[in-house]
Amino acid sequence: MSNRFKNAEHLIRVAAVFVAGLIIFIFVRGLIVPKSFGQYGHYRGAALTEIAARTPVYAGREACEACHSDVVDVKKAGKHAGVGCEACHGPLAKHAEDPASLIPKLPDVATLCGKCHEANSAKPAKFPQVVSKEHAGDVVCNTCHKPHNPGIGGDSK
Amino acid sequence: MKSSRREFLAKATEYILLTGAAATAWEYVSTGKAEASPNYKTTEHWWAMIIDIEKCIGCGNCVRACSVENDVPEGYFRTWIERYYVPAWGAENPEVDSPDGGIHGFPEAKHEKPGKTFFVPKLCNHCADSPCTQVCPVGATFVSPDGVVLVDEKYCLGCRYCVQACPYGCRFISPKTNTAVKCTLCYHRITKGLTTACCEACPTAARVLGDLKNPKDPIHEYLRTHSVQVLKPHMATGAKVFYNGLDGSVR
Repeated sequence: MSNRFKNAEHLIRVAAVFVAGLIIFIFVRGLIVPKSFGQYGHYRGAALTEIAARTPVYAGREACEACHSDVVDVKKAGKHAGVGCEACHGPLAKHAEDPASLIPKLPDVATLCGKCHEANSAKPAKFPQVVSKEHAGDVVCNTCHKPHNPGIGGDSK
Repeated sequence: MKSSRREFLAKATEYILLTGAAATAWEYVSTGKAEASPNYKTTEHWWAMIIDIEKCIGCGNCVRACSVENDVPEGYFRTWIERYYVPAWGAENPEVDSPDGGIHGFPEAKHEKPGKTFFVPKLCNHCADSPCTQVCPVGATFVSPDGVVLVDEKYCLGCRYCVQACPYGCRFISPKTNTAVKCTLCYHRITKGLTTACCEACPTAARVLGDLKNPKDPIHEYLRTHSVQVLKPHMATGAKVFYNGLDGSVR
């Protein structure tokens, strides 16, 4: 009987090393691995919140339409009804947040319209496009076409 | 009951490993739910996008909008437009150009041989079985519970494995942070109920964001009534950017 535990000291030493190792492992792991790691999968769950925390730069057309309902009515009648406000006016989340903080500038018609409507063989054939030099020479587009309702004779709002 | 040192070590190792697993499980249980936005539940969405080639006019609005919205470094693109020119009988060898990612639109290009030419907007396909997330050695990139492929900037080592793994070339290493950067499907917008910047700025609705988990989303009707295709379907990436009117020559 006494023989069996004669060398127990060896085992206790090894066990002690293992226990110490285990404690260090758990402790260090607790320090290194972020709390949210593994929350949804093999990644840091908090990353989702961090990425989502960025502030939008484009306000979205609903935000524009909340105040500028007069323009919405004009647009509805014309071919630009589906075009979002910020597609031409640029990102204006700041303006939507606090209108006085950023007064939007009118887009430069000379370059703006051509971005979409300048003829290009790669554009879908159905899309209205012109070679602006032939179509109007140096006359700017909004002399005849009002951007919110571009048909000739459209509302000038 | 004789136990050799070898057996003892084996048993001890087993216990240590078990404890590790139990610790992981406990961590999973103990962490609370942290939603991205107060009213946004990640489990209730599965994001996708429709791109209609027949509507894309190559104006570059999406590229500009993405650049501004996400502060994309100059010369890099999270979304870009390619112009394809496919000569007659030449579907195998299309000519593709994308000057500055199409950020300034496209100048007219003349081709001698007759053929067809069209625009193909590209972005991360937010694959359900994405090759890029599978190669990350540290768990810095992942498919979120709502189906968006994201990069955890704080965890990314910048090892570039994912840049190589993406079959669509949608990732790059940001010169600012030296981490992998890609389209986040404007995660900061969609979690707030907005659409992506590119969809917001697209004048022809050639891009439309869709939520496959929302039964009322028009994307279902669209997918049912149109012949859509994903890019590189043979790679079985589970891509969620659906192209309408996609030509066979597009890579």
